[in-house]
Amino acid sequence: MSSDREKIFSAIRAALDPLPKRTAKPEWKRELIVCNPSGEFSSLKEQLADKLVFASSRYCDSFDQLAETLKAENSTFGYCDPELAPLFEKLDGITFETEYDVAKVNEYTFGITKASAAIAESGTIVLKDGDTSSRMGALTPWIHIAAIKESDIVATIPEAIDRFGDDPSIVFCTGPSKTADVEGILIEGVHGPGIQIGFILS
Amino acid sequence: MKSKQKIDLVARDLTNEVHEANFIGAKMKSERRYAALGRDYADPDKLRETAGLVKQHTLEHLDKYLEQAEASFERNGAKVHFAFDEDTAKKTVLNIMNEHGCKSMVKSKSMLTEELELLHYLEDQGKEVIETDLGEFILQIDNDHPSHIVTPIVHKNRRGIAKSFEREGLGDYNDDPETITRRARAHLRQKYLDADIGLTGANFVSAESGRIVLVTNEGNARFCMAANKVHIAIVGIEKIVPTDQDLGLFLNLIGRSGTGQQLTVYNQFIGGPKLKDQPNGPEHMHVIFVDNRRTEVLASDCREILRCIRCGACLNVCPIYRQSGGHAYRSVYPGPVGAVLSPLLAGNRFPELADLPKASSLCGACNEVCPVNIPIPDLLLRLRDKAKREGAKEAMKGTPNLAMWATMCSQPTMWKAALTMGHTMNHIPTQLIPHPSAMSWQGTRKLPKFEGGEFRKWFKNRK
Repeated sequence: MSSDREKIFSAIRAALDPLPKRTAKPEWKRELIVCNPSGEFSSLKEQLADKLVFASSRYCDSFDQLAETLKAENSTFGYCDPELAPLFEKLDGITFETEYDVAKVNEYTFGITKASAAIAESGTIVLKDGDTSSRMGALTPWIHIAAIKESDIVATIPEAIDRFGDDPSIVFCTGPSKTADVEGILIEGVHGPGIQIGFILS
Repeated sequence: MKSKQKIDLVARDLTNEVHEANFIGAKMKSERRYAALGRDYADPDKLRETAGLVKQHTLEHLDKYLEQAEASFERNGAKVHFAFDEDTAKKTVLNIMNEHGCKSMVKSKSMLTEELELLHYLEDQGKEVIETDLGEFILQIDNDHPSHIVTPIVHKNRRGIAKSFEREGLGDYNDDPETITRRARAHLRQKYLDADIGLTGANFVSAESGRIVLVTNEGNARFCMAANKVHIAIVGIEKIVPTDQDLGLFLNLIGRSGTGQQLTVYNQFIGGPKLKDQPNGPEHMHVIFVDNRRTEVLASDCREILRCIRCGACLNVCPIYRQSGGHAYRSVYPGPVGAVLSPLLAGNRFPELADLPKASSLCGACNEVCPVNIPIPDLLLRLRDKAKREGAKEAMKGTPNLAMWATMCSQPTMWKAALTMGHTMNHIPTQLIPHPSAMSWQGTRKLPKFEGGEFRKWFKNRK
């Protein structure tokens, strides 16, 4: 193996040595990649709500409304992060387990896990491994409910990147799982959630 | 059409159905790209130019950044491997599987594994390999190849897919795209759970933090890394960018450029095995950095092509690709990027693909839409020159001999004489000139009336 390493590094050096000069790293400011706002918003929460919907996710901040949504989707049994369970136990007519059992992969119709942050400019939910109680619980059910603390909403993508720390697996979720592989027709819910809900905890 | 070039022959023989699927798919994505970038940025070109410079800088300091990436991954607890060529790359994957006692693999989309034909290799070694991207899964059951970097089955329609699903025992014939997707969901879900290793590519690598970045819409790469205990990321050495913050620049461009999405649905940043308290996911992460002739490209005068982030925007906008489709390029990478990259990655098989750089009208649209601003038309010209110098037969097919023209153009007196005689062209039936190119060209067009020859006189007498 080490010989392949050496071969690659010496080939790179041999390729680059003859260059008379090398391109400098461009200086660029974060504002460069921040996109035009899609309207006027009084708070990041309001902007996030708008952008979640734009990205085909759903916004929710009321337990009653969430219970109604789940019932309307015929989704009354699911998985919930044990630390969030006390909050969501009050959902009327909804039951869940707090330990993900792989044998029930097709029985859990919703999963509730913590979001580490949300990005207002893009309607993105940020999941970090350190905050996610079960990767399967956030991925396999038809409906994923990401519980976002209002104070964890950031304005832009660069601010979300600032919060990466040393987490080994961070996922930006911007909308439900989707494909347009068959004739360019958009279908939601391929391998992951068909419905992505951002639930704001004030 | 009299052309003998392979790409023209493929384009000529496409069925109307496939031609239309390719054309409409490409046009739709181009329009979405344009709308998304225009809506979100006052000056999208500034992003493209900056991203191009960041990647060019990284490539021109690749020894430093590759070493940094290696150290970062090791610090994160991932094991780093290097593979100089195709054979070592494939063997490295096999060895990792054997080392962990793995028999079946689920994999997400990776153009590099197409380059390596990894799937067939592992199957020959007795391993089960399942493609999990919906398009790639359909290609796998059809034993077909992708015709587009981002939308691999753009050449197929729902009826063909429904027949394949019926043949594979995934249910009775049903060509509703939603039903097709649901059936794939159920079928592949079990495959994820049964497999013991997940393999992904990488869209980007951050040297600073030792993270690979995966960009998918379906979430299949997430599933590969939730249900399995070992993760292999197989990565071309050109995928590196310096820092995590640089990733923001590229992620904002790749979704908008490829499909017109603000961000692709899932952007995953993977820097090592799962955390100890996390119940699901890989306990081992292996990163394989593959060269497979990339350093040859780096040494060539076409090194800018290594900036490519595989968004497919140049395919979608290209008037040639829209007519020919991806398979006409006879290689893993189609379209304008493929016309540059495929012959270069072919090594001593360059002459076989030397016609691809000619599959362009040099209109420049590929450069204009490129999120990393690759001067593709310039690179195509450099490769045409290389093909000519090397006397590559494939490139010469259907090309008229221009020696007389060259002599005329380089001798001022001859040129002058030719111009004064130009008017005689208006009095002879040019369609009868017994030159194959001239005849072919005039088969679909009429030569306009010659009205030149007066400029020198005017220039000399002007006041």
